[in-house]
Amino acid sequence: MIKSTFLKAVAATALSVSTWASAHAVDLQFYFPVAVGGKAADTIQALTDEYVAANPDVKIDAVYAGSYQDTVAKAITASRGGNPPQLSVILSVDMFTLIDEDLIQPFDNYLTSDEDKAWVEGFYPAFMENSQTGGKTYGIPFQRSTPVLYWNKEAFKEAGLDPEVAPATWDEMVEFGKKLTKKDADGKVSQWGVRIPSSGFPYWLFQGLAIENGATLANAEGNKTNFDDPKVVEALQYLVDLSTKHEVMAPGIIEWGATPKAFFEGQTAMMWTSTGNLTNVRDNAPFDFGVAMLPSKATRGAPTGGGNFYLFKGASDEQNKAAVEFVQWITAPAQSAKWTIATGYVAPRAETWESETMKAYTADFAPALIARDQLEFAKAELSTYQNQRVTGIFNDALASVITGKKDAATALKEAQAQADGILSEYR
Amino acid sequence: MSWSAPTLDRVLNTAAAWALALLWILPLAYAIWTAFHPAAYEARFVLTAPLTLDNFAKAWSAAPFARYFLNTFVLVSLILAGQFFLCTLAAYAFARFEFPGRSLLFSLVLLQLLVMPDILIVENYRTMRLLDLVDTIPAIALPYLASGFGIFLLRQTFMTIPKELDEAARMEGASFLGVLWRVYIPLAKPTYLAYGLVSVSHHWNNFLWPLIVTNSVDTRPVTVGLSVFSAIDSGVEWSVINAATLMTSGPLLVAFLLFQRQFVQSFMRAGIK
Amino acid sequence: MRVTFKRDWIHGWLLLLPAMVFLFAFTHIPAVTTFINSFYSTPRGRKPAKFIGLENYERFWDDPVFWKVMFNNLWFALGTIPLSIALSIAMALWVNDKLAGRSLVRMAYFTPTVLPLIAVANIWLFFYTPGFGLFDQVFGALFGWSSTNWLGDPATALNAVIVVTVWKEAGFFMIFYLAALQAIPVSLVEAARIEGASRWTIFWRITFPLLMPTTLFVSINAVINSFRLVDHIFILTDGGPDNASSLLLFYIYEVAFRFWETGYAATLTVALLVLLSALAIGQFFFFDRKVHYK
Repeated sequence: MIKSTFLKAVAATALSVSTWASAHAVDLQFYFPVAVGGKAADTIQALTDEYVAANPDVKIDAVYAGSYQDTVAKAITASRGGNPPQLSVILSVDMFTLIDEDLIQPFDNYLTSDEDKAWVEGFYPAFMENSQTGGKTYGIPFQRSTPVLYWNKEAFKEAGLDPEVAPATWDEMVEFGKKLTKKDADGKVSQWGVRIPSSGFPYWLFQGLAIENGATLANAEGNKTNFDDPKVVEALQYLVDLSTKHEVMAPGIIEWGATPKAFFEGQTAMMWTSTGNLTNVRDNAPFDFGVAMLPSKATRGAPTGGGNFYLFKGASDEQNKAAVEFVQWITAPAQSAKWTIATGYVAPRAETWESETMKAYTADFAPALIARDQLEFAKAELSTYQNQRVTGIFNDALASVITGKKDAATALKEAQAQADGILSEYR
Repeated sequence: MSWSAPTLDRVLNTAAAWALALLWILPLAYAIWTAFHPAAYEARFVLTAPLTLDNFAKAWSAAPFARYFLNTFVLVSLILAGQFFLCTLAAYAFARFEFPGRSLLFSLVLLQLLVMPDILIVENYRTMRLLDLVDTIPAIALPYLASGFGIFLLRQTFMTIPKELDEAARMEGASFLGVLWRVYIPLAKPTYLAYGLVSVSHHWNNFLWPLIVTNSVDTRPVTVGLSVFSAIDSGVEWSVINAATLMTSGPLLVAFLLFQRQFVQSFMRAGIK
Repeated sequence: MRVTFKRDWIHGWLLLLPAMVFLFAFTHIPAVTTFINSFYSTPRGRKPAKFIGLENYERFWDDPVFWKVMFNNLWFALGTIPLSIALSIAMALWVNDKLAGRSLVRMAYFTPTVLPLIAVANIWLFFYTPGFGLFDQVFGALFGWSSTNWLGDPATALNAVIVVTVWKEAGFFMIFYLAALQAIPVSLVEAARIEGASRWTIFWRITFPLLMPTTLFVSINAVINSFRLVDHIFILTDGGPDNASSLLLFYIYEVAFRFWETGYAATLTVALLVLLSALAIGQFFFFDRKVHYK
């Protein structure tokens, strides 16, 4: 009698304890955007499920939030409504906005051990440039990219160029471009030498040119831009000259979305676009193609791009710790390799590239290494406080010069003045 | 002898009408072409190109369209139900009741035809934040429920219903709501159908406000889902996007093709002043 | 007597109450608060909104983007309204007649109304793509034109957007004209024809004046649409290049939901409301003199 009651009591207590334990499993919500086609959303879901299965004391709700724009809007709205996520993947350039809106906290609070500090050092410095400010780490790189130069090997052969060698300098790009541009008797161009898209957000690819000329567009504190630097003006002039002076590129604004297609259709022999397009080009190009680093002027150079993990305020200590552990897991070589191979993003840790999976993948598909090799020369993507607005002003200035409405020096000077007006309150 | 003036005139007109019609249907024709052919034929119009359903499969798996459809369906139904309810009551009040402030209130209603919710996006978003309704389907629906157009239309219709019927029903002891239910609503059925079709097609295709007020798969209607899906870094894949477009416009398009006459009649009725 | 009167009032107000609550909540009060908020700065995470008087208005007066966008919108209205009305009248006349293949033609004209603008924008994006886009292919084959950067050239970007809008609207307006045409007594037209009047004269002297009420209704709709229809801009040009194809509502969206500057956005909305009211009321008075009521 007593024994059965006792057993029942024990069973009841055990049951309630385990319920209490699972009810006390740390609950995390994690917003993620998808900016590449294919099974990116599925891959993230699969990775999250894998982690949750292996760590029963954590529950993670991975929420697909749409584009980068949507994700930051959703995160800001949820935070203002008092219901912020604990983690979110957001553009690396939005860091200052998130700080200004008082939404995120530095990871440093939870990276206290020596091991943790070494872990942060394991990310490529180029990616960390948009992730740290004021001596603190606000973002952990996750889906990052750089632009690269793709070239049509068959078109090169036809034009009498060595199909295995891409242009390495600005001058070479013009020289190759002239040989590659096919014009008919009426002056109609059937194949352009190079295509650097400028619709929507021309600043990103333009920044490649600026960095190659040795200029930076903004400071690390995010409160001063450098738009009217003579080196920047020179880079913009080079871009415009490609169309107007050397006639190796189509004039006017070039559509980003149609660029891979234009490449496949043979409308251009070389194109500048994100390494994230690698799989798309591999699957769809009807010819042999090569991938190279962007050409150099004073130096090789490229901007970085893509999204970081951010740790949001308003969560409990337990949640933050669990969130950081999840981030450390998902950026570890095994998971990072899966992610890179599925999407074409650049794995942000050097050790990932040394793993067996990645070595096998790159042995089979060497172009995947180009973006990584370029990281040595990559710099921070343009990012400041009130980023959307300042970048918007810069984009407008670039567009006005590309369409011939203003000259480079004037447009950039005006843009710098406007940006100064906005950023002065942050100094 | 051969060409009399009216015939030539007729031929020219027919030709012009047909030319315009072909031009008008071109976008849809292109969408159908790319949706059923592989990506390589997006810009090449070779008649012998292979047909494929791959694009639909790809589009379906690239974004949760099933959920988007459900959201749109719920949204459109919610809006329609709300509009019928609110606008019927208001139209009845304006049509059959005398009360102070009637003309002032009616002009305020007409104002809504001009000052549409689509323009007040900033403030309405703030309101939704205050009500803690951001990223919910009701949030998309609420600003549209009291429709100036609906009230106006129903008022016109109610005003044409002979007063004798009203009085007859009252003689039989119906309350003022009973009269509405038994006399006015049944007689206004064509207007309800007309207005319903206008409302459904308008809100099925609505984009800007739902874009602003929703952030997640659970609430997004099909139009926003399509735009998010097509805003990716890796360039525009027209064959997949057009497959997705056909899927999202599909229901309305098919309904239109089947019920063409009714559709046109309703829109015509909705416009009659 | 008095009792019935009062009851009528109460019934009236009660019936009206639900609709008025919603109307006030989502139309009238927001319109007023937009005006009020235009005098405040934008709240940011750490700083609440504060009263800044006319500063936002000074800013928008000096804002070159605002003026460009406003002129764009006026040009856009000028481009879409007369063209879509004219086309819709033509369509209605053709479809109303005993035309061969009438219902197919009517279907073709009306289809754009049923398709979401955001979806068809992708199709038009292809049409406008330089080089292998449809227009360049066709014009290249027919006239030997070289490729034109329809969407990337500030001179043509807005016009390209106008074409898409007219394509979307004309079929919708056609329906209203169809209804009106069917209400015109055949006897009038017959009488004129017997007297030997040409088709053109019949149209200008009889049909068009009788269509005035519809034209008034349609043109007010068209005015409102010219401020409201911005969906396709997201896909076609994103407002570029350098705001050449941006419209007021699109700019408001950018300012409020990309830059997160709700204070300035409120000011821009006030400008939009003023412009819209002016145009609509102006249209109304213009047509009021010309409307021929039987």
